[in-house]
Amino acid sequence: MDWLSPEEWMAVRLSLRVSFWATLISLPFGVLTALALARGRFWGKSLLNGLVHLPLILPPVVTGYLLLILFGRRGPIGSFLEDTFGIVFAFRWTGAALACAVMGFPLMVRAIRLAIEAVDPKLEDAAGTLGANRLWTFAVVTLPLILPGILAGAILAFAKAMGEFGATITFVSAIPGQTQTLPTAIYAFLQVPGGEASAMRLVVVSIILAMGALLVSEAVARRVAKRIAAR
Amino acid sequence: MSLEVRLSHAFPGFTLEVDFAAPDGVTALFGRSGSGKTTVINAVAGLLRPAQGRVAVNGTVLLDTARGMVHPPHRRRIGYVFQEGRLFPHLSVRQNLAFGQWFGPRDGAAVETDRVVEMLGIGHLLSRRPGLLSGGEKQRVAIGRALLSSPRLLLMDEPLASLDEARKTEILPYLERLRDETRIPILYVSHAMAEVARLATTIVTLHEGRVGLSGPAGHVLADPRVVPEIGVREAGAAIEARVVSHDAVGGVTELAISAGRLVLPHIDAPPGSTVRVRIHAHEVILATEKPSAISALNILPATVTSLSGGDGPGVAVGLLAGEDPMLAHITKRSATALGLAPGTPCFAIVKSVAVARRDIGSFETRHA
Repeated sequence: MDWLSPEEWMAVRLSLRVSFWATLISLPFGVLTALALARGRFWGKSLLNGLVHLPLILPPVVTGYLLLILFGRRGPIGSFLEDTFGIVFAFRWTGAALACAVMGFPLMVRAIRLAIEAVDPKLEDAAGTLGANRLWTFAVVTLPLILPGILAGAILAFAKAMGEFGATITFVSAIPGQTQTLPTAIYAFLQVPGGEASAMRLVVVSIILAMGALLVSEAVARRVAKRIAAR
Repeated sequence: MSLEVRLSHAFPGFTLEVDFAAPDGVTALFGRSGSGKTTVINAVAGLLRPAQGRVAVNGTVLLDTARGMVHPPHRRRIGYVFQEGRLFPHLSVRQNLAFGQWFGPRDGAAVETDRVVEMLGIGHLLSRRPGLLSGGEKQRVAIGRALLSSPRLLLMDEPLASLDEARKTEILPYLERLRDETRIPILYVSHAMAEVARLATTIVTLHEGRVGLSGPAGHVLADPRVVPEIGVREAGAAIEARVVSHDAVGGVTELAISAGRLVLPHIDAPPGSTVRVRIHAHEVILATEKPSAISALNILPATVTSLSGGDGPGVAVGLLAGEDPMLAHITKRSATALGLAPGTPCFAIVKSVAVARRDIGSFETRHA
Protein backbone atom coordinates (compact mmCIF):
# COMPACT_ATOMS: atom_id res chain seq x y z
CA MET A 1 0.00 0.00 0.00
CA ASP A 2 2.77 2.42 -0.98
CA TRP A 3 0.43 4.68 -2.88
CA LEU A 4 -1.17 5.89 0.38
CA SER A 5 0.81 8.15 2.69
CA PRO A 6 1.06 7.00 6.36
CA GLU A 7 -1.40 9.73 7.28
CA GLU A 8 -3.95 8.62 4.68
CA TRP A 9 -3.43 4.96 5.57
CA MET A 10 -4.08 5.80 9.22
CA ALA A 11 -7.45 7.33 8.33
CA VAL A 12 -8.44 4.26 6.32
CA ARG A 13 -7.42 1.87 9.07
CA LEU A 14 -9.18 3.94 11.72
CA SER A 15 -12.36 4.09 9.67
CA LEU A 16 -12.36 0.31 9.18
CA ARG A 17 -11.83 -0.25 12.90
CA VAL A 18 -14.50 2.26 13.91
CA SER A 19 -17.02 0.83 11.45
CA PHE A 20 -16.28 -2.78 12.38
CA TRP A 21 -16.82 -2.23 16.09
CA ALA A 22 -19.79 0.09 15.59
CA THR A 23 -21.50 -2.63 13.52
CA LEU A 24 -20.55 -5.57 15.73
CA ILE A 25 -21.57 -3.98 19.03
CA SER A 26 -24.85 -2.58 17.73
CA LEU A 27 -25.91 -5.84 16.01
CA PRO A 28 -27.38 -7.64 19.06
CA PHE A 29 -29.18 -4.45 20.08
CA GLY A 30 -30.41 -4.07 16.52
CA VAL A 31 -31.85 -7.60 16.49
CA LEU A 32 -33.54 -7.11 19.87
CA THR A 33 -34.98 -3.73 18.89
CA ALA A 34 -36.22 -5.11 15.56
CA LEU A 35 -37.85 -8.03 17.38
CA ALA A 36 -39.55 -5.69 19.82
CA LEU A 37 -40.82 -3.48 17.01
CA ALA A 38 -41.90 -6.35 14.75
CA ARG A 39 -43.48 -8.67 17.30
CA GLY A 40 -43.83 -6.82 20.58
CA ARG A 41 -47.04 -5.33 21.90
CA PHE A 42 -46.19 -2.91 24.67
CA TRP A 43 -46.82 0.60 25.85
CA GLY A 44 -44.46 3.12 24.27
CA LYS A 45 -43.78 1.13 21.11
CA SER A 46 -44.32 4.17 18.87
CA LEU A 47 -42.02 6.16 21.14
CA LEU A 48 -39.27 3.54 20.78
CA ASN A 49 -39.83 3.47 17.03
CA GLY A 50 -39.50 7.26 16.87
CA LEU A 51 -36.38 7.27 19.05
CA VAL A 52 -34.69 4.63 16.89
CA HIS A 53 -35.44 6.56 13.71
CA LEU A 54 -34.51 9.96 15.10
CA PRO A 55 -30.87 9.92 13.86
CA LEU A 56 -32.19 9.29 10.36
CA ILE A 57 -34.19 12.51 10.25
CA LEU A 58 -32.29 14.83 12.57
CA PRO A 59 -29.40 16.87 11.14
CA PRO A 60 -26.27 14.82 11.95
CA VAL A 61 -24.80 17.85 13.70
CA VAL A 62 -27.71 17.79 16.13
CA THR A 63 -27.20 14.09 16.83
CA GLY A 64 -23.49 14.70 17.38
CA TYR A 65 -24.20 17.58 19.72
CA LEU A 66 -26.71 15.51 21.71
CA LEU A 67 -24.10 12.76 22.00
CA LEU A 68 -21.59 15.34 23.24
CA ILE A 69 -24.04 16.54 25.92
CA LEU A 70 -24.96 12.99 27.03
CA PHE A 71 -21.70 11.10 26.55
CA GLY A 72 -19.15 13.87 27.05
CA ARG A 73 -16.90 13.64 30.12
CA ARG A 74 -19.26 15.91 32.02
CA GLY A 75 -22.41 14.49 30.48
CA PRO A 76 -24.68 12.36 32.69
CA ILE A 77 -24.02 9.08 30.86
CA GLY A 78 -20.42 9.85 29.94
CA SER A 79 -19.37 10.66 33.52
CA PHE A 80 -21.21 7.60 34.85
CA LEU A 81 -19.48 5.27 32.36
CA GLU A 82 -16.07 6.82 33.09
CA ASP A 83 -16.49 6.59 36.87
CA THR A 84 -17.94 3.06 36.85
CA PHE A 85 -16.25 1.25 33.97
CA GLY A 86 -13.50 3.62 32.95
CA ILE A 87 -14.96 3.91 29.46
CA VAL A 88 -14.32 7.27 27.82
CA PHE A 89 -16.01 8.32 24.58
CA ALA A 90 -15.06 11.99 24.29
CA PHE A 91 -12.41 12.62 21.62
CA ARG A 92 -11.49 8.94 21.41
CA TRP A 93 -11.99 6.46 18.57
CA THR A 94 -14.62 4.76 20.77
CA GLY A 95 -16.63 7.96 20.55
CA ALA A 96 -16.40 7.87 16.76
CA ALA A 97 -17.65 4.27 16.87
CA LEU A 98 -20.55 5.32 19.12
CA ALA A 99 -21.52 8.13 16.76
CA CYS A 100 -21.37 5.78 13.76
CA ALA A 101 -23.38 3.10 15.59
CA VAL A 102 -26.11 5.57 16.50
CA MET A 103 -26.29 6.93 12.95
CA GLY A 104 -26.38 3.47 11.37
CA PHE A 105 -28.82 1.99 13.89
CA PRO A 106 -32.09 2.96 12.16
CA LEU A 107 -30.89 1.43 8.87
CA MET A 108 -29.87 -1.77 10.62
CA VAL A 109 -33.15 -2.07 12.56
CA ARG A 110 -35.25 -1.42 9.45
CA ALA A 111 -33.59 -4.20 7.45
CA ILE A 112 -33.83 -6.73 10.29
CA ARG A 113 -37.39 -5.74 11.12
CA LEU A 114 -38.52 -6.32 7.54
CA ALA A 115 -36.93 -9.77 7.61
CA ILE A 116 -38.67 -10.64 10.89
CA GLU A 117 -42.02 -9.50 9.56
CA ALA A 118 -41.54 -11.77 6.56
CA VAL A 119 -41.18 -14.85 8.78
CA ASP A 120 -44.45 -16.77 9.04
CA PRO A 121 -45.32 -17.00 12.76
CA LYS A 122 -47.07 -20.26 11.88
CA LEU A 123 -43.65 -21.86 11.43
CA GLU A 124 -42.80 -20.84 14.99
CA ASP A 125 -46.08 -22.36 16.19
CA ALA A 126 -45.11 -25.56 14.42
CA ALA A 127 -41.74 -25.56 16.20
CA GLY A 128 -43.61 -25.15 19.49
CA THR A 129 -45.77 -28.20 18.88
CA LEU A 130 -42.58 -30.15 18.13
CA GLY A 131 -41.27 -29.41 21.62
CA ALA A 132 -39.09 -26.32 21.11
CA ASN A 133 -39.57 -23.58 23.69
CA ARG A 134 -39.55 -19.95 22.57
CA LEU A 135 -35.81 -19.42 22.94
CA TRP A 136 -34.96 -22.54 20.97
CA THR A 137 -37.58 -21.70 18.37
CA PHE A 138 -35.88 -18.33 17.90
CA ALA A 139 -32.45 -19.93 17.67
CA VAL A 140 -33.24 -22.71 15.21
CA VAL A 141 -36.17 -21.36 13.20
CA THR A 142 -36.48 -17.58 13.35
CA LEU A 143 -32.79 -16.68 13.40
CA PRO A 144 -31.77 -18.78 10.37
CA LEU A 145 -34.73 -17.42 8.43
CA ILE A 146 -33.88 -13.78 9.16
CA LEU A 147 -30.15 -14.22 8.58
CA PRO A 148 -30.24 -12.50 5.15
CA GLY A 149 -31.95 -9.51 6.78
CA ILE A 150 -29.39 -9.40 9.59
CA LEU A 151 -26.54 -9.50 7.06
CA ALA A 152 -28.15 -6.79 4.97
CA GLY A 153 -28.67 -4.66 8.08
CA ALA A 154 -25.09 -5.16 9.22
CA ILE A 155 -23.66 -4.24 5.84
CA LEU A 156 -25.87 -1.17 5.58
CA ALA A 157 -24.75 -0.06 9.03
CA PHE A 158 -21.11 -0.72 8.14
CA ALA A 159 -21.39 1.31 4.94
CA LYS A 160 -23.12 4.12 6.80
CA ALA A 161 -20.35 4.08 9.44
CA MET A 162 -17.67 4.32 6.75
CA GLY A 163 -19.32 7.48 5.44
CA GLU A 164 -20.47 9.11 8.69
CA PHE A 165 -19.28 12.70 8.94
CA GLY A 166 -21.50 15.21 10.75
CA ALA A 167 -22.19 13.47 14.03
CA THR A 168 -18.63 12.18 14.32
CA ILE A 169 -16.90 15.51 13.77
CA THR A 170 -19.33 17.27 16.14
CA PHE A 171 -18.98 14.70 18.91
CA VAL A 172 -15.30 13.74 18.80
CA SER A 173 -13.77 16.24 16.33
CA ALA A 174 -11.16 15.00 13.83
CA ILE A 175 -7.94 14.18 15.60
CA PRO A 176 -5.53 12.36 13.26
CA GLY A 177 -4.95 8.80 14.44
CA GLN A 178 -7.67 9.06 17.05
CA THR A 179 -10.92 10.31 15.55
CA GLN A 180 -10.05 11.36 12.02
CA THR A 181 -12.02 8.85 9.94
CA LEU A 182 -12.03 8.59 6.15
CA PRO A 183 -14.65 11.29 5.43
CA THR A 184 -13.24 13.74 7.96
CA ALA A 185 -9.76 13.14 6.56
CA ILE A 186 -10.98 13.89 3.03
CA TYR A 187 -12.56 17.07 4.30
CA ALA A 188 -9.38 18.05 6.16
CA PHE A 189 -7.18 17.42 3.09
CA LEU A 190 -9.46 19.62 1.02
CA GLN A 191 -8.97 22.48 3.49
CA VAL A 192 -5.16 22.64 3.03
CA PRO A 193 -3.42 23.82 -0.17
CA GLY A 194 -2.10 20.88 -2.23
CA GLY A 195 -4.23 18.34 -0.41
CA GLU A 196 -6.35 17.48 -3.45
CA ALA A 197 -4.19 14.48 -4.43
CA SER A 198 -4.52 12.93 -0.96
CA ALA A 199 -8.23 13.64 -0.93
CA MET A 200 -8.63 12.02 -4.36
CA ARG A 201 -6.79 8.85 -3.26
CA LEU A 202 -9.06 8.56 -0.22
CA VAL A 203 -12.09 9.11 -2.43
CA VAL A 204 -10.98 6.17 -4.57
CA VAL A 205 -10.54 4.02 -1.45
CA SER A 206 -14.02 5.06 -0.30
CA ILE A 207 -15.57 4.06 -3.59
CA ILE A 208 -13.77 0.72 -3.63
CA LEU A 209 -14.83 -0.10 -0.06
CA ALA A 210 -18.43 0.93 -0.67
CA MET A 211 -18.69 -1.06 -3.90
CA GLY A 212 -17.01 -4.05 -2.25
CA ALA A 213 -19.47 -4.02 0.65
CA LEU A 214 -22.37 -3.79 -1.78
CA LEU A 215 -21.13 -6.69 -3.92
CA VAL A 216 -20.42 -8.88 -0.90
CA SER A 217 -23.87 -8.21 0.55
CA GLU A 218 -25.56 -8.98 -2.77
CA ALA A 219 -23.64 -12.23 -3.15
CA VAL A 220 -24.31 -13.33 0.42
CA ALA A 221 -28.00 -12.46 0.18
CA ARG A 222 -28.33 -14.38 -3.07
CA ARG A 223 -26.63 -17.47 -1.64
CA VAL A 224 -28.69 -17.46 1.55
CA ALA A 225 -31.93 -16.88 -0.31
CA LYS A 226 -31.15 -19.76 -2.66
CA ARG A 227 -30.33 -22.05 0.25
CA ILE A 228 -33.50 -21.18 2.16
CA ALA A 229 -36.13 -21.12 -0.53
CA ALA A 230 -35.13 -23.56 -3.22
CA ARG A 231 -38.40 -23.05 -5.02
CA MET B 1 -61.55 -42.96 26.96
CA SER B 2 -58.16 -42.04 25.55
CA LEU B 3 -59.09 -38.47 24.66
CA GLU B 4 -61.22 -36.09 26.68
CA VAL B 5 -61.85 -32.54 25.49
CA ARG B 6 -63.99 -29.91 27.13
CA LEU B 7 -63.62 -26.30 25.99
CA SER B 8 -65.54 -23.09 26.16
CA HIS B 9 -64.40 -19.80 24.76
CA ALA B 10 -66.23 -16.71 23.57
CA PHE B 11 -65.00 -14.91 20.46
CA PRO B 12 -66.67 -11.76 19.16
CA GLY B 13 -69.74 -13.15 17.36
CA PHE B 14 -68.87 -16.80 17.95
CA THR B 15 -69.04 -19.01 21.00
CA LEU B 16 -67.26 -22.32 21.25
CA GLU B 17 -68.78 -24.81 23.66
CA VAL B 18 -67.62 -28.37 23.10
CA ASP B 19 -67.41 -31.48 25.22
CA PHE B 20 -66.53 -34.90 23.87
CA ALA B 21 -64.57 -38.02 24.65
CA ALA B 22 -63.18 -40.61 22.29
CA PRO B 23 -61.51 -44.04 22.48
CA ASP B 24 -58.29 -45.01 20.65
CA GLY B 25 -58.09 -44.66 16.90
CA VAL B 26 -59.03 -41.76 14.67
CA THR B 27 -61.50 -39.25 16.04
CA ALA B 28 -62.83 -37.13 13.20
CA LEU B 29 -64.02 -33.61 13.95
CA PHE B 30 -66.42 -32.96 11.13
CA GLY B 31 -68.16 -29.70 10.31
CA ARG B 32 -68.52 -26.89 7.79
CA SER B 33 -65.88 -24.18 7.63
CA GLY B 34 -66.46 -21.78 10.49
CA SER B 35 -67.91 -24.45 12.76
CA GLY B 36 -64.92 -24.19 15.11
CA LYS B 37 -62.95 -27.31 14.19
CA THR B 38 -59.55 -25.64 13.90
CA THR B 39 -60.21 -23.63 17.05
CA VAL B 40 -60.76 -26.87 18.95
CA ILE B 41 -57.51 -28.47 17.86
CA ASN B 42 -55.54 -25.26 18.34
CA ALA B 43 -56.79 -25.23 21.92
CA VAL B 44 -55.82 -28.88 22.32
CA ALA B 45 -52.35 -28.10 20.93
CA GLY B 46 -51.98 -25.08 23.21
CA LEU B 47 -51.76 -22.52 20.40
CA LEU B 48 -54.94 -20.93 21.73
CA ARG B 49 -55.81 -20.52 25.37
CA PRO B 50 -59.50 -21.14 26.02
CA ALA B 51 -61.37 -19.22 28.72
CA GLN B 52 -62.35 -22.51 30.31
CA GLY B 53 -61.56 -26.09 29.53
CA ARG B 54 -59.96 -29.39 30.26
CA VAL B 55 -57.97 -31.62 27.91
CA ALA B 56 -56.67 -35.05 28.84
CA VAL B 57 -54.94 -37.68 26.72
CA ASN B 58 -54.76 -41.23 28.10
CA GLY B 59 -55.17 -39.86 31.61
CA THR B 60 -52.50 -37.13 31.30
CA VAL B 61 -54.05 -33.74 31.89
CA LEU B 62 -52.65 -31.09 29.53
CA LEU B 63 -55.05 -28.29 30.32
CA ASP B 64 -57.31 -27.69 33.27
CA THR B 65 -58.31 -24.08 33.69
CA ALA B 66 -60.26 -24.90 36.85
CA ARG B 67 -56.95 -25.79 38.51
CA GLY B 68 -55.08 -23.02 36.70
CA MET B 69 -53.03 -25.56 34.77
CA VAL B 70 -52.11 -24.53 31.24
CA HIS B 71 -49.17 -26.34 29.65
CA PRO B 72 -47.46 -24.39 26.85
CA PRO B 73 -47.44 -26.14 23.43
CA HIS B 74 -43.85 -27.35 23.72
CA ARG B 75 -44.61 -29.29 26.90
CA ARG B 76 -47.75 -31.02 25.64
CA ARG B 77 -46.05 -33.55 23.34
CA ILE B 78 -48.77 -33.27 20.74
CA GLY B 79 -47.88 -33.80 17.10
CA TYR B 80 -49.65 -31.35 14.82
CA VAL B 81 -49.96 -31.87 11.07
CA PHE B 82 -51.03 -28.54 9.62
CA GLN B 83 -53.09 -28.03 6.52
CA GLU B 84 -50.17 -26.34 4.73
CA GLY B 85 -47.46 -28.65 6.04
CA ARG B 86 -45.39 -25.86 7.61
CA LEU B 87 -42.08 -27.58 6.94
CA PHE B 88 -39.04 -25.51 7.89
CA PRO B 89 -37.75 -24.15 4.57
CA HIS B 90 -34.14 -23.76 5.75
CA LEU B 91 -33.82 -27.40 6.81
CA SER B 92 -33.58 -30.55 4.71
CA VAL B 93 -36.28 -33.21 4.86
CA ARG B 94 -34.02 -35.27 7.14
CA GLN B 95 -33.52 -32.32 9.50
CA ASN B 96 -37.24 -31.54 9.45
CA LEU B 97 -37.98 -35.12 10.46
CA ALA B 98 -35.38 -34.95 13.24
CA PHE B 99 -36.63 -31.60 14.57
CA GLY B 100 -39.09 -33.09 17.05
CA GLN B 101 -36.50 -35.58 18.24
CA TRP B 102 -34.07 -32.82 19.21
CA PHE B 103 -36.58 -31.55 21.72
CA GLY B 104 -38.49 -34.74 22.43
CA PRO B 105 -38.21 -36.97 25.47
CA ARG B 106 -34.76 -38.48 25.96
CA ASP B 107 -36.00 -41.81 27.30
CA GLY B 108 -35.84 -43.70 24.01
CA ALA B 109 -37.84 -42.62 20.99
CA ALA B 110 -41.20 -44.34 20.86
CA VAL B 111 -41.19 -44.39 17.09
CA GLU B 112 -38.23 -45.35 14.96
CA THR B 113 -37.18 -43.10 12.11
CA ASP B 114 -36.56 -45.93 9.66
CA ARG B 115 -40.00 -47.40 10.17
CA VAL B 116 -41.74 -44.05 9.73
CA VAL B 117 -39.71 -43.21 6.63
CA GLU B 118 -40.58 -46.60 5.17
CA MET B 119 -44.25 -46.37 6.12
CA LEU B 120 -44.63 -42.94 4.51
CA GLY B 121 -42.47 -43.76 1.50
CA ILE B 122 -40.22 -40.71 1.87
CA GLY B 123 -36.80 -42.40 1.87
CA HIS B 124 -35.80 -40.91 -1.47
CA LEU B 125 -36.57 -37.35 -0.29
CA LEU B 126 -34.37 -37.19 2.82
CA SER B 127 -31.63 -34.97 1.45
CA ARG B 128 -33.95 -32.57 -0.37
CA ARG B 129 -35.27 -29.21 0.78
CA PRO B 130 -39.00 -28.72 1.34
CA GLY B 131 -39.18 -26.12 -1.44
CA LEU B 132 -38.52 -28.83 -4.02
CA LEU B 133 -41.23 -31.24 -2.86
CA SER B 134 -44.70 -31.72 -4.32
CA GLY B 135 -47.74 -31.01 -2.17
CA GLY B 136 -48.30 -34.69 -1.42
CA GLU B 137 -44.65 -35.25 -0.52
CA LYS B 138 -44.66 -32.22 1.80
CA GLN B 139 -47.70 -33.55 3.65
CA ARG B 140 -46.11 -36.98 4.07
CA VAL B 141 -42.97 -35.38 5.50
CA ALA B 142 -45.12 -33.24 7.80
CA ILE B 143 -46.90 -36.35 9.04
CA GLY B 144 -43.55 -38.06 9.61
CA ARG B 145 -42.16 -35.04 11.46
CA ALA B 146 -45.15 -34.94 13.82
CA LEU B 147 -45.00 -38.70 14.34
CA LEU B 148 -41.27 -38.71 15.17
CA SER B 149 -41.69 -36.19 17.97
CA SER B 150 -43.07 -39.13 20.02
CA PRO B 151 -46.46 -37.50 20.50
CA ARG B 152 -49.14 -38.53 22.96
CA LEU B 153 -51.71 -37.46 20.39
CA LEU B 154 -51.61 -36.55 16.71
CA LEU B 155 -53.64 -33.59 15.49
CA MET B 156 -54.39 -33.33 11.80
CA ASP B 157 -56.01 -30.19 10.46
CA GLU B 158 -57.39 -30.97 7.01
CA PRO B 159 -54.08 -32.54 5.96
CA LEU B 160 -55.45 -33.35 2.51
CA ALA B 161 -57.44 -30.18 1.84
CA SER B 162 -54.71 -28.45 -0.17
CA LEU B 163 -54.14 -31.48 -2.42
CA ASP B 164 -55.78 -32.56 -5.66
CA GLU B 165 -57.72 -35.83 -5.97
CA ALA B 166 -54.73 -37.83 -7.19
CA ARG B 167 -52.58 -36.74 -4.24
CA LYS B 168 -55.41 -37.45 -1.78
CA THR B 169 -55.69 -40.96 -3.14
CA GLU B 170 -51.93 -41.24 -2.73
CA ILE B 171 -51.92 -40.23 0.95
CA LEU B 172 -55.09 -41.86 2.31
CA PRO B 173 -53.56 -45.36 2.45
CA TYR B 174 -50.66 -43.95 4.52
CA LEU B 175 -53.13 -42.47 6.98
CA GLU B 176 -54.92 -45.81 7.20
CA ARG B 177 -51.60 -47.51 7.95
CA LEU B 178 -50.88 -44.85 10.57
CA ARG B 179 -54.21 -45.59 12.25
CA ASP B 180 -53.71 -49.34 12.12
CA GLU B 181 -49.98 -49.63 12.86
CA THR B 182 -49.37 -47.07 15.61
CA ARG B 183 -51.15 -46.82 18.93
CA ILE B 184 -51.22 -43.03 18.89
CA PRO B 185 -54.71 -41.53 19.07
CA ILE B 186 -55.45 -39.13 16.21
CA LEU B 187 -57.76 -36.12 16.22
CA TYR B 188 -58.57 -35.49 12.56
CA VAL B 189 -60.28 -32.33 11.37
CA SER B 190 -62.04 -32.42 8.03
CA HIS B 191 -65.00 -31.16 6.11
CA ALA B 192 -64.66 -33.93 3.50
CA MET B 193 -66.96 -36.81 4.34
CA ALA B 194 -65.15 -39.18 1.97
CA GLU B 195 -61.98 -38.96 4.11
CA VAL B 196 -63.87 -39.13 7.37
CA ALA B 197 -65.86 -42.19 6.28
CA ARG B 198 -62.65 -44.01 5.35
CA LEU B 199 -60.55 -43.08 8.37
CA ALA B 200 -62.67 -42.36 11.39
CA THR B 201 -63.14 -44.68 14.32
CA THR B 202 -65.17 -42.05 16.14
CA ILE B 203 -66.99 -39.09 14.61
CA VAL B 204 -67.79 -35.82 16.37
CA THR B 205 -69.80 -33.36 14.30
CA LEU B 206 -69.47 -29.66 15.05
CA HIS B 207 -72.09 -27.07 14.22
CA GLU B 208 -71.60 -23.37 15.05
CA GLY B 209 -69.21 -24.13 17.88
CA ARG B 210 -71.24 -26.94 19.43
CA VAL B 211 -71.14 -30.72 19.23
CA GLY B 212 -73.95 -32.16 17.13
CA LEU B 213 -73.55 -35.93 17.08
CA SER B 214 -70.73 -37.99 18.46
CA GLY B 215 -70.10 -41.70 18.65
CA PRO B 216 -68.64 -44.68 16.75
CA ALA B 217 -68.23 -43.85 13.06
CA GLY B 218 -70.60 -46.59 11.85
CA HIS B 219 -73.39 -45.32 14.05
CA VAL B 220 -72.96 -41.60 13.39
CA LEU B 221 -72.73 -42.06 9.62
CA ALA B 222 -75.92 -44.12 9.58
CA ASP B 223 -77.86 -41.81 11.88
CA PRO B 224 -80.68 -40.05 9.99
CA ARG B 225 -80.07 -36.93 12.10
CA VAL B 226 -76.63 -36.53 10.49
CA VAL B 227 -78.14 -35.85 7.06
CA PRO B 228 -78.86 -32.13 7.56
CA GLU B 229 -75.38 -31.65 9.01
CA ILE B 230 -73.38 -33.29 6.26
CA GLY B 231 -75.74 -32.98 3.30
CA VAL B 232 -77.85 -35.49 1.40
CA ARG B 233 -75.12 -36.32 -1.13
CA GLU B 234 -72.54 -37.18 1.54
CA ALA B 235 -74.72 -39.15 3.96
CA GLY B 236 -74.43 -42.90 4.11
CA ALA B 237 -73.27 -45.78 6.26
CA ALA B 238 -69.70 -47.09 6.46
CA ILE B 239 -69.79 -50.81 7.01
CA GLU B 240 -66.94 -53.14 7.82
CA ALA B 241 -66.90 -56.12 5.51
CA ARG B 242 -64.69 -59.20 5.19
CA VAL B 243 -63.44 -60.18 1.75
CA VAL B 244 -64.66 -63.69 0.94
CA SER B 245 -63.68 -64.33 -2.67
CA HIS B 246 -62.88 -62.73 -5.97
CA ASP B 247 -64.70 -63.64 -9.16
CA ALA B 248 -62.06 -63.03 -11.81
CA VAL B 249 -64.43 -63.65 -14.71
CA GLY B 250 -67.23 -61.40 -13.49
CA GLY B 251 -64.77 -58.82 -12.14
CA VAL B 252 -66.50 -58.67 -8.79
CA THR B 253 -65.60 -59.34 -5.16
CA GLU B 254 -67.87 -61.06 -2.70
CA LEU B 255 -67.84 -59.79 0.89
CA ALA B 256 -69.46 -60.90 4.10
CA ILE B 257 -71.31 -58.44 6.33
CA SER B 258 -73.53 -59.11 9.30
CA ALA B 259 -76.66 -58.97 7.12
CA GLY B 260 -75.38 -61.45 4.54
CA ARG B 261 -73.39 -61.17 1.33
CA LEU B 262 -72.32 -58.06 -0.55
CA VAL B 263 -71.15 -58.19 -4.15
CA LEU B 264 -69.06 -55.25 -5.28
CA PRO B 265 -66.76 -54.37 -8.22
CA HIS B 266 -63.34 -55.95 -7.75
CA ILE B 267 -61.58 -54.84 -4.56
CA ASP B 268 -57.81 -55.06 -4.35
CA ALA B 269 -57.60 -56.88 -1.01
CA PRO B 270 -56.82 -60.53 -0.19
CA PRO B 271 -59.61 -62.86 0.94
CA GLY B 272 -59.96 -62.77 4.71
CA SER B 273 -58.99 -59.11 5.05
CA THR B 274 -61.38 -56.50 6.36
CA VAL B 275 -62.36 -53.44 4.36
CA ARG B 276 -64.64 -50.53 5.09
CA VAL B 277 -67.36 -49.99 2.50
CA ARG B 278 -69.24 -46.74 2.25
CA ILE B 279 -72.80 -47.00 0.98
CA HIS B 280 -74.31 -43.63 0.07
CA ALA B 281 -77.83 -43.12 1.43
CA HIS B 282 -79.14 -41.91 -1.92
CA GLU B 283 -77.94 -45.11 -3.63
CA VAL B 284 -80.06 -47.34 -1.41
CA ILE B 285 -83.49 -48.47 -2.63
CA LEU B 286 -86.03 -49.77 -0.12
CA ALA B 287 -88.66 -52.46 -0.74
CA THR B 288 -91.10 -54.06 1.67
CA GLU B 289 -91.26 -57.27 -0.40
CA LYS B 290 -88.22 -59.15 -1.62
CA PRO B 291 -87.87 -58.25 -5.28
CA SER B 292 -87.08 -60.92 -7.80
CA ALA B 293 -85.84 -60.41 -11.35
CA ILE B 294 -83.87 -57.27 -10.52
CA SER B 295 -80.45 -56.25 -11.80
CA ALA B 296 -79.17 -55.08 -8.40
CA LEU B 297 -76.99 -57.78 -6.86
CA ASN B 298 -77.35 -56.83 -3.23
CA ILE B 299 -80.66 -57.31 -1.46
CA LEU B 300 -80.16 -57.08 2.29
CA PRO B 301 -82.87 -57.81 4.84
CA ALA B 302 -83.20 -54.91 7.27
CA THR B 303 -85.46 -53.25 9.81
CA VAL B 304 -86.42 -49.58 9.91
CA THR B 305 -85.14 -47.97 13.11
CA SER B 306 -85.98 -44.32 12.62
CA LEU B 307 -87.20 -41.78 10.09
CA SER B 308 -86.08 -38.19 9.92
CA GLY B 309 -87.46 -35.74 7.40
CA GLY B 310 -86.83 -32.05 6.90
CA ASP B 311 -88.71 -29.44 4.90
CA GLY B 312 -87.73 -30.95 1.55
CA PRO B 313 -89.28 -33.87 -0.30
CA GLY B 314 -86.79 -36.37 1.14
CA VAL B 315 -86.67 -38.45 4.28
CA ALA B 316 -83.68 -40.21 5.84
CA VAL B 317 -84.46 -43.75 6.91
CA GLY B 318 -82.27 -45.37 9.54
CA LEU B 319 -81.97 -49.14 9.12
CA LEU B 320 -80.46 -52.05 10.93
CA ALA B 321 -79.13 -54.66 8.53
CA GLY B 322 -77.91 -57.56 10.64
CA GLU B 323 -75.82 -55.75 13.26
CA ASP B 324 -74.82 -52.88 11.01
CA PRO B 325 -76.68 -49.58 10.95
CA MET B 326 -77.42 -48.36 7.43
CA LEU B 327 -78.99 -45.27 5.99
CA ALA B 328 -81.31 -44.74 3.03
CA HIS B 329 -82.52 -41.47 1.59
CA ILE B 330 -85.87 -41.74 -0.21
CA THR B 331 -88.82 -39.43 -0.94
CA LYS B 332 -91.49 -38.81 1.66
CA ARG B 333 -94.01 -40.02 -0.88
CA SER B 334 -92.30 -43.44 -1.13
CA ALA B 335 -92.03 -43.73 2.64
CA THR B 336 -95.77 -43.09 2.96
CA ALA B 337 -96.66 -45.45 0.09
CA LEU B 338 -94.61 -48.26 1.68
CA GLY B 339 -95.97 -47.46 5.12
CA LEU B 340 -92.48 -47.26 6.64
CA ALA B 341 -92.31 -46.78 10.39
CA PRO B 342 -89.80 -47.81 13.06
CA GLY B 343 -89.91 -51.59 13.26
CA THR B 344 -91.04 -52.18 9.66
CA PRO B 345 -89.12 -55.09 8.08
CA CYS B 346 -87.86 -54.27 4.61
CA PHE B 347 -85.14 -54.96 2.05
CA ALA B 348 -82.29 -52.57 1.29
CA ILE B 349 -81.23 -52.81 -2.34
CA VAL B 350 -77.75 -51.62 -3.36
CA LYS B 351 -76.41 -51.62 -6.90
CA SER B 352 -72.88 -53.00 -6.97
CA VAL B 353 -71.58 -50.32 -9.26
CA ALA B 354 -72.97 -47.62 -6.95
CA VAL B 355 -70.05 -48.24 -4.61
CA ALA B 356 -67.11 -46.32 -6.00
CA ARG B 357 -63.58 -47.61 -5.60
CA ARG B 358 -62.54 -44.55 -3.60
CA ASP B 359 -65.29 -45.33 -1.09
CA ILE B 360 -63.55 -48.51 -0.06
CA GLY B 361 -60.85 -48.24 2.54
CA SER B 362 -58.59 -50.81 4.10
CA PHE B 363 -59.31 -51.53 7.71
CA GLU B 364 -57.27 -53.80 9.91
CA THR B 365 -59.25 -55.04 12.87
CA ARG B 366 -57.53 -53.93 16.03
CA HIS B 367 -56.40 -56.54 18.47
CA ALA B 368 -56.89 -54.68 21.68
